[in-house]
Amino acid sequence: MEFRFFYHFGNYLLMLKGMFSRPENMKMYWKQFMQQCVDIGVGSFGIVFIISLFMGGVTTLQTAYQLVNPIIPKSTIAQVVRDTIILEFAPTLTSIVLAGVVGSKIASELGNMRVSEQIDALEIMGINTKGYLILPKIMAAVLMIPVLVMIAGFLGVWGGKEAGVLSGIISPDEFIQGLRQDFKAYNVFFALAKSYTFGFIISSVSAYYGYNVRGGALEIGKASTTAVVVSCVLVLFMDYALTAILL
Amino acid sequence: MIELQDIKKGFGDKEILKGVSAVMESGKVNLIIGASGSGKTVMMKCIVGLIEVDAGKIIYDGKDFTSMDTHERKAIRQEIGMLFQGSALFDSMTVEQNVMFPLDMFGKGSYREKKKRVAECLERVNLKDAAKKFPAEISGGMKKRVGIARAIVLNPKYLFCDEPNSGLDPQTSLLIDQLIKELTVEYNITTVMNTHDMNTVMESGDHIVYMYQGQKQWEGSNKEIVFSDDQLLNDFIFASEFLREAKEMRQHELFSSGKWKEDLKNKGGNEGGNDKK
Repeated sequence: MEFRFFYHFGNYLLMLKGMFSRPENMKMYWKQFMQQCVDIGVGSFGIVFIISLFMGGVTTLQTAYQLVNPIIPKSTIAQVVRDTIILEFAPTLTSIVLAGVVGSKIASELGNMRVSEQIDALEIMGINTKGYLILPKIMAAVLMIPVLVMIAGFLGVWGGKEAGVLSGIISPDEFIQGLRQDFKAYNVFFALAKSYTFGFIISSVSAYYGYNVRGGALEIGKASTTAVVVSCVLVLFMDYALTAILL
Repeated sequence: MIELQDIKKGFGDKEILKGVSAVMESGKVNLIIGASGSGKTVMMKCIVGLIEVDAGKIIYDGKDFTSMDTHERKAIRQEIGMLFQGSALFDSMTVEQNVMFPLDMFGKGSYREKKKRVAECLERVNLKDAAKKFPAEISGGMKKRVGIARAIVLNPKYLFCDEPNSGLDPQTSLLIDQLIKELTVEYNITTVMNTHDMNTVMESGDHIVYMYQGQKQWEGSNKEIVFSDDQLLNDFIFASEFLREAKEMRQHELFSSGKWKEDLKNKGGNEGGNDKK
């Protein structure tokens, strides 16, 4: 087991090292990067929109359910919702979902290119395939996943407010007041730090499993599943590590 | 010209190539033939550098490919075109974009010039009308032709074809063979082809290397092959009764024309090719 871990970890590091060489044609690399930004950013926006709204709504309802003490002001509900979403739900839950959406797409795309010899065709042309195929994906994920996390944060808070107001738990003014109470900008920095880390993990781990597929359609499916599972576990592990270090 | 000098390759305990030496001549279609598992594909992947050899040298026109660094290899690879068994076209691109890709990556010149070159290549492989189609919308034979167009778009010095006829009907297969042969002569390319197709062997094999269990068993031309007395080669090539009869007819035809003897005299070669090593 240990040997398998070190084998994969070593190969993963070699893959990362192999990405850095002088691009054969900067314009083509830029085009590839922009394409990946669209695929990862715009392509995942729909699911992020839906989960964020419901995540905020459910957080408000559950917080209100637990805060039954009449001494605690209702604005505290908004405060709890805000901090829960910024600190945990927006970066981690969104990243877990994105590990499924983006991670499986990256792994299956590269796996299919490997199996159908498209990666070999690029190699034969004299192109650094790690640089051309993997680096733009990682860069796009590191850029777009924090953007999606920020959007998820705003939508989550908005969804929480709407759920609270629609269910008569809290008035809009009380909610806004709660959002402003004891706001710490450091929490946003913390959420961004986590989302950059998660973006890198999701894209690089998925690319590693996809790029190294050997076999056929069955192995592409396996690689895709492994990529998602390993990404999720690493996201949760790093979530704990960053929380312990930064908070 | 590509020279292979005593190349060896193994995976774990299994030795796949056991010291193969051969010369792939320029302006000719060089065939690598042999049964499944004889080491043809590994040999081709070693020649293009997709697999590193364990020992031996691969020399491209006097330059030792095996001792080159990544940068030098890139330069050689830009002179290589390759047609893959499954065509290896980029799914997300149209036929035109597939052929344009190497030009976009490495080609100089304006967009109009590149587009003109792509049109020329597509016309050369008779696919001008399919330019806007995606790989999923065209047939297997058309995919192979797109693969050929992509391989020749940068005017390569070396063309590698991995089983270009696999999965094709005999007529399309013949067309692909003719196309490769014409392009080889037209651009004076060193073409190296892996094949199982006996029609290709007889029609296009200017120079044939027969592999048996990781070793070169026989080497010669398609004219010499019909006179070879190598039992393993004959069992492989002329496996059926029909092919044995065809062999006899071809022998008769070559003898009566006298062309076979003339060729041998020019080459100063042995009758029936060069048996192993």
